[in-house]
Amino acid sequence: MAIIEQIVELIVRAIMQGTPLLFGSTGEILTEKSGNLNLGIPGIMYIGAISGVIGGFFYQNSGAKIITVLAIIIPLLSSLLGSLIASLIYGFLTITLRANQNVTGLALTTFGVGIGNFFGGSLIKITNSDTPYLALSKISAAYRTTLPFANKLGLFGQLFFSYGFMVYLAVIIALIVSFVLKRTRVGLQLRSVGESPATADAAGVNVNRYKYFATCIGGMIAGLGGLYYILDYSKGIWANDAFGDRGWLAIAIVIFAIWRPNVSILGSYLFGGLYILFNYVSVSMNLLPLMQMLPYVVTIIVLVIVSMRKKRENQPPASLGTNYFREER
Amino acid sequence: MNKAISISKKEHTHSKAAPFITITKRDASSLKWNIAVRVIAIIAALALSAIITVLITGENPIELFSTVIDGAFGQFRIWGTAQAVAMLLGIALALTPAFKMKFWNTGGEGQVLIGALASALVMMYAQPLPHWLACILVVVAGVAAGAVWGIIPAVFKAYWKTNETLFTLMMNYVAIQLIKFFLKVADKSGSSTVGPSLLLYGRLPVLFGQQYMFNIIVVTALTVMMYIYLKRSKHGYEIAVVGESENTAKYIGINVKKVIIRTMALSGALCGLIGVLLVGATSYSIDPNLAGGNGFTAIMVSWLAKFNPIIMIFTTLLIVVLSRGAENVSMTLGLNKSFSDILTGIILFFIIGCEFFINYKIHFNIKAKSGKEAEDSGNN
Repeated sequence: MAIIEQIVELIVRAIMQGTPLLFGSTGEILTEKSGNLNLGIPGIMYIGAISGVIGGFFYQNSGAKIITVLAIIIPLLSSLLGSLIASLIYGFLTITLRANQNVTGLALTTFGVGIGNFFGGSLIKITNSDTPYLALSKISAAYRTTLPFANKLGLFGQLFFSYGFMVYLAVIIALIVSFVLKRTRVGLQLRSVGESPATADAAGVNVNRYKYFATCIGGMIAGLGGLYYILDYSKGIWANDAFGDRGWLAIAIVIFAIWRPNVSILGSYLFGGLYILFNYVSVSMNLLPLMQMLPYVVTIIVLVIVSMRKKRENQPPASLGTNYFREER
Repeated sequence: MNKAISISKKEHTHSKAAPFITITKRDASSLKWNIAVRVIAIIAALALSAIITVLITGENPIELFSTVIDGAFGQFRIWGTAQAVAMLLGIALALTPAFKMKFWNTGGEGQVLIGALASALVMMYAQPLPHWLACILVVVAGVAAGAVWGIIPAVFKAYWKTNETLFTLMMNYVAIQLIKFFLKVADKSGSSTVGPSLLLYGRLPVLFGQQYMFNIIVVTALTVMMYIYLKRSKHGYEIAVVGESENTAKYIGINVKKVIIRTMALSGALCGLIGVLLVGATSYSIDPNLAGGNGFTAIMVSWLAKFNPIIMIFTTLLIVVLSRGAENVSMTLGLNKSFSDILTGIILFFIIGCEFFINYKIHFNIKAKSGKEAEDSGNN
């Protein structure tokens, strides 16, 4: 029985670790399907996190009574707004101004991580607030509200109902994106933009509009991963660089999931599990870094196998990383 | 050549009105225009940075400016600035041949770190060797490790077209975890760095009593050599052709696979060399943050210089001076040091964006009527 309890606990924690990765990878898949390799996603996730924190910070410190619904909506909206602005910077530079995607993405990551750590570390000083450190305990409580009957269902309840709403939101968004990409006209046209923008353009698809929408919506979804990490997983406490390299791990999962958001659900939980597996298996602490290396090695192996097998439906979008110049086709 | 295209909103509604904005590609933009656009972009970026800084800190702009200058060129910071320039420039130079070949090596960070790790291993265990041999071994081990880290993704790219951006990106984190593993094994105290007390042998020479002089001389030589290699050698020519068009390269008898692997071996080896300098000539210590993100910043530095090693000196200076200046501002005001990352980001956005105005020409069709007539006659 103890073993089962441990396994359930491991799965629960893997899901909680995997949720930011799921938001990030779903957003990146959507973006990449339009041919935009957004390496700014790690930065956008920081911006999404800090925007939500700033929104929540002002609400919590406004002295108003904390209403659960507002405590959820205000950080959520400010997070989405922050991620949207960050995605628009990337979109404007790469789509309208046709700048190099790798360089723009990396610059955005530098910028976004800087924004996150700067405001996370200096918000209290800038606003002359009298709180000792950045902790949104009341806001976080709203985010971590679980269904009332979760505790009464034993292990079953723990496994399925013990999470805040954003864990379910991540799964739902991943399934919706998966459905849209595979089964709808919009999804088909988006994929055509990512595969061959010139063909899509000739067929009357507005390439730039699709690229903009995919990049912005993808960025907003990814930003939610940062928000979840701070307000739910970290219980509302901001610590600089605590989010770590999860953004890059999310990009790794995109490859692992061979550009399918529904596969990315499993991939995210699996990678999330690898992150914390060392708590449950008795290996020497020395081997810990080698275990944390596993997700990246697995990703490389998947990347290599996919490129060797050359199965058409498993390939990255054909135009990934390149911009579309109509006059150069 | 100047085939006009439209980006107006109406382009897909088959409206007959002429688009308000048309964009054409410039055939070759004059040097004057090139420089003017960049200077304007940098001034605009600096102005925006200044406004943001003043808004956030509420300080006097002139005082802030002197803090920035002091942070980069002040008496106690000038050598640190020189060292930072040397290291960033070195990595940017190392990445450049790969970029010229359109091989997006985002793995500079990992190649530097793995080179540093190999050197550190030698420095730890080279006790029985004479000093000069240990020194050589430190360099050789670091360079070789970097080369291996570059060759692995190159082989897969050459033979199976495996996406190199993602592959090299992942290799960074493999290298970081290997260093963390090394720290755990090498230093039983559980410290987060392995420092000078353990890395004792084969330390590279300190020249003219200046800790950073060795690095500065090596990178200066590297700059000149890279310029000659890219502009004047057969290898440089082959790299340029492969970068422009693989088909052309094949047609004129270049072995594309060989060029890809050889160039990435060079790129990785030079990154490894910077790792050697960081451990063997600078700090005699190693930790996962040794490269400090320079592997990524260098990508932007190299690209901003249009892969020209000489111009790269200036783009490196711009980034380093700004970030060290901003670091000083945040230190003086007790703000978080990540402030410099925000300003770096803003500068980069502006320079990245201004490329558009160098490569393309924008026409505003004020006389919409005449445009309409032209299109009508085109339809007939």
